[in-house]
Amino acid sequence: MYRAKVYVTYKDSILDPQAEAIKTALHQLEFPELTQLTCGKYFELELATTEAKAATTVEQMCQKLLANVNMESYRYEIVAAE
Amino acid sequence: MKFAVIQFPGSNCDQDLVAALRDVCQQDVQLISYQSTDLSAFAAVLLPGGFSYGDYLRGGAIARFAPIMGAVQQFAAAGGLVIGICNGFQILTEAGLLPGVLQRNKGADFICQSAALTVANAKTSFTSAYADQQSIQLPIAHGEGNYYCDDATLAQLKAEQRIVFTYQDNPNGSRANIAGITNQAGNVLGMMPHPERAVEALLGSEDGRGLFQSMIQTLTDKVVPV
Repeated sequence: MYRAKVYVTYKDSILDPQAEAIKTALHQLEFPELTQLTCGKYFELELATTEAKAATTVEQMCQKLLANVNMESYRYEIVAAE
Repeated sequence: MKFAVIQFPGSNCDQDLVAALRDVCQQDVQLISYQSTDLSAFAAVLLPGGFSYGDYLRGGAIARFAPIMGAVQQFAAAGGLVIGICNGFQILTEAGLLPGVLQRNKGADFICQSAALTVANAKTSFTSAYADQQSIQLPIAHGEGNYYCDDATLAQLKAEQRIVFTYQDNPNGSRANIAGITNQAGNVLGMMPHPERAVEALLGSEDGRGLFQSMIQTLTDKVVPV
């Protein structure tokens, strides 16, 4: 069993109004030190597969559904689970 | 000549499309479940607006894997007329039938208003009833209608005259004011504005009728009389 943690975020070139709105709200809450904020999606997957296949599977999941590669990029970590 | 309106869980403009085609345009139209896998009886396929699958993950991201979408892919590949409106447009981009993506509106607000559009290409199967560069008014109602594609795709869309509708006063940040585009073959159209909500004077505009009339004309011309 392997556990994958997948992070999907907008590419740098994509304006994210949601992140801008959150940033503005934090500024209004008097956190002036905030200079940059990114928000995205986080997935935890448990995979009944081999170590060799796990990365390929997660890669395909990201490409096919979890991310839209037009506007989002993704990264993931895979660790052996109990 | 029969029109199919696909009903996904969460579609909410399906009945409006049926009313526009059946009551206003006097066409034979049938609602088709997302669980169906056969579109062979139809001359055109329409993907309605709404919030299919609650827009979970991204608008259209789950709907593109609905059972019916295999048949929509085949129908489009065979040259059949396919139109996706609003959420239908989002589904078509997620399905890869149209390039690009609909992002969250630039101002982050859900926008519900009448939009002035220009018919940027009146030579398509969907716009032949309009004049080139004609100005029309159609309602828009979306939170994620901000069309985005990369530079190479935009150049290709322009070169191939695939930008069909543009906003006169860009409400959502769409690249190149894009409100609607076709695929390369010209038989698949995606658009954010709602022509089905503008087919009777009582609704404030009749400018959407031209789209359905264009499709009907295209299909009539294609049918060989027996």
